[in-house]
Amino acid sequence: MAVAAVLASAGALQAQDPNAANDAIRIGITYQPGTRPGLVVVPTSGAEAARDILKRDLDYSDRFQMIEAGAGGAGSGGTFNYAYYRTQFGAQHAVEVVPAAGGVTVRLHDLSTSKVRNQATVALPPEGSAGYRMAVHRAADEVVRWATGTPGYAASRIVYLSGGRLYRIDSDGEDNTTVTPAGQSAFSSAWAPDGRRIAYMRLESGSIMVMDLATGATEAVPGTTTGQNYAPAFSPDGRVVAYARSEEGGATNIFSANIAERCCVQRLTVRGFALNLSPSFSPDGRRIAFVSNRAGSSQIYVMAASGTDQELLVPYEYGSSGPSYAPEWSPDGANVVFHREVSRSPQIFLFDVASQRVKQLTSIGRSEDATWAPDGRHIAFVSDRTGRRQLWVVDTETGRVRQLNTAGAARIPSWSRRLGG
Amino acid sequence: MRASNLVLLLAVAAMAACGGSPEPEQPAPQPTAPVATTDDAAARRAADEEARRRAAEEEARRAEAARAAAAGLMGELTSVINFDYNEASVRANDQAKLDRKAAIMQANPNLRIRVSGHADDRGSDEYNLALGNQRAAAAKRYLENKGIAAARIDVISFGEERPAAQGSDEASWAQNRRDEFEVVSGGDNLAVPQ
Repeated sequence: MAVAAVLASAGALQAQDPNAANDAIRIGITYQPGTRPGLVVVPTSGAEAARDILKRDLDYSDRFQMIEAGAGGAGSGGTFNYAYYRTQFGAQHAVEVVPAAGGVTVRLHDLSTSKVRNQATVALPPEGSAGYRMAVHRAADEVVRWATGTPGYAASRIVYLSGGRLYRIDSDGEDNTTVTPAGQSAFSSAWAPDGRRIAYMRLESGSIMVMDLATGATEAVPGTTTGQNYAPAFSPDGRVVAYARSEEGGATNIFSANIAERCCVQRLTVRGFALNLSPSFSPDGRRIAFVSNRAGSSQIYVMAASGTDQELLVPYEYGSSGPSYAPEWSPDGANVVFHREVSRSPQIFLFDVASQRVKQLTSIGRSEDATWAPDGRHIAFVSDRTGRRQLWVVDTETGRVRQLNTAGAARIPSWSRRLGG
Repeated sequence: MRASNLVLLLAVAAMAACGGSPEPEQPAPQPTAPVATTDDAAARRAADEEARRRAAEEEARRAEAARAAAAGLMGELTSVINFDYNEASVRANDQAKLDRKAAIMQANPNLRIRVSGHADDRGSDEYNLALGNQRAAAAKRYLENKGIAAARIDVISFGEERPAAQGSDEASWAQNRRDEFEVVSGGDNLAVPQ
């Protein structure tokens, strides 16, 4: 168990932390698939709505063995019944969510030491108001961090295309909301790293718009007001958007524009006869993964953010590997997710940048257009395994999949970073 | 009947079916007036009426033939061409269709069209937008090589966004891999190419 990671959590919280000494040992647990710590969310009363959201977020983090508890354990106002929860459920953690002035208090109990591991009082807007659910998600992500050393990914959203419009949905599948107006056809989209804007293509005009999500105001990305421009991607500092541009003569090439300065459109791939598209920045902003069919079959390439040093990124068997598409670099830079055809059906693959290994993640139906959750471990993708294209989430550690219940057909998702207050 | 008569009959039938350049018809026989009359003015009026009636019929026939011709031209102009999987090159047996489109555009200098390229739903959604653009550009290049000015041909891709057929089978996919042609302007009163 690594102890070095203790430094990450020490000063980061406003929460009370009565067990700092014990944290020096606990925080550094390295997650082992199949040996997840048991966790009980105690059935306290008075904050059921927040508790239910938080409990589901802890479940969806895939870092705990969630254990159902009946009532009769935690005393209300009395001391916490550690022995009961430890012996009845064999759990390692217990979580209480109880009402507090202006919100809730969230408390993580360590059952093996019979102590409060950490707690925080979280201000919440009124239940049902805008911001309520996301505030609870943020609290859930903190609980995951207290227990494992890594924050959860609950406080994030996915933008996707359905019926020509863009929608956004919370990581838990709730709060499905339209983003683009009716009467416009949108296409592929990307979240800005600050979580306040998205870029998307307008299909009729071919332009790429950057929309401020709070106001709905839009502005075109320089260089995209003529022709067909799509597949936007933000640089990690949010100042540059790379995109694909289809050109006269039939080629498609990758360009970038500085949206902070509203200028400086640059061509990154050369004019030729190939199709170059679907750029994705590495998290350090230095490189861009992209799709190119310059060698005949569509595969995943990489270049410097300036367009130099273009080379194949993901190896393939010439003549037998299927075409590959839609790369996205993981938030920690370790992996690139993409989809590749296997026996004519697209499946999700993972490319480990350091080891150069390629691993297949899905095998059912048609799976495509993967996007990373902010924890760098979960991936959302489009699958038709239910009969029509919908969004699914897979945990790359345990392999667990769950469906995001979107009403209509859902395509080309883009997952945000953790969303702040 | 004799072979030459058969050929003649078929030629006339073919001309009638194509709505080809209308030949003046044989005038209908004069209605014979069974009663002799000394009123020449009445006879002349009747004759004038008849001539006007025949002229109106003739005009209607010409107009109908012209409409049919224009509809035929519009059909040829907007006919779809299809593509092989992951290919954007014009098929050999679609060249005649494009030649005909070029001829119609030559005969109608005000005609402007838009070519839209489409793909089946394999590949990625974004790749299909690029592939559709390649397909539309290929048709435009062909027409330019036949002498049509580039400014008269707009190009757009819809990728897999506007399928012609909804299924996920070879037949549907083949239908969806296509270029469509629509008139942007100058499509009224299309002249027949000579």
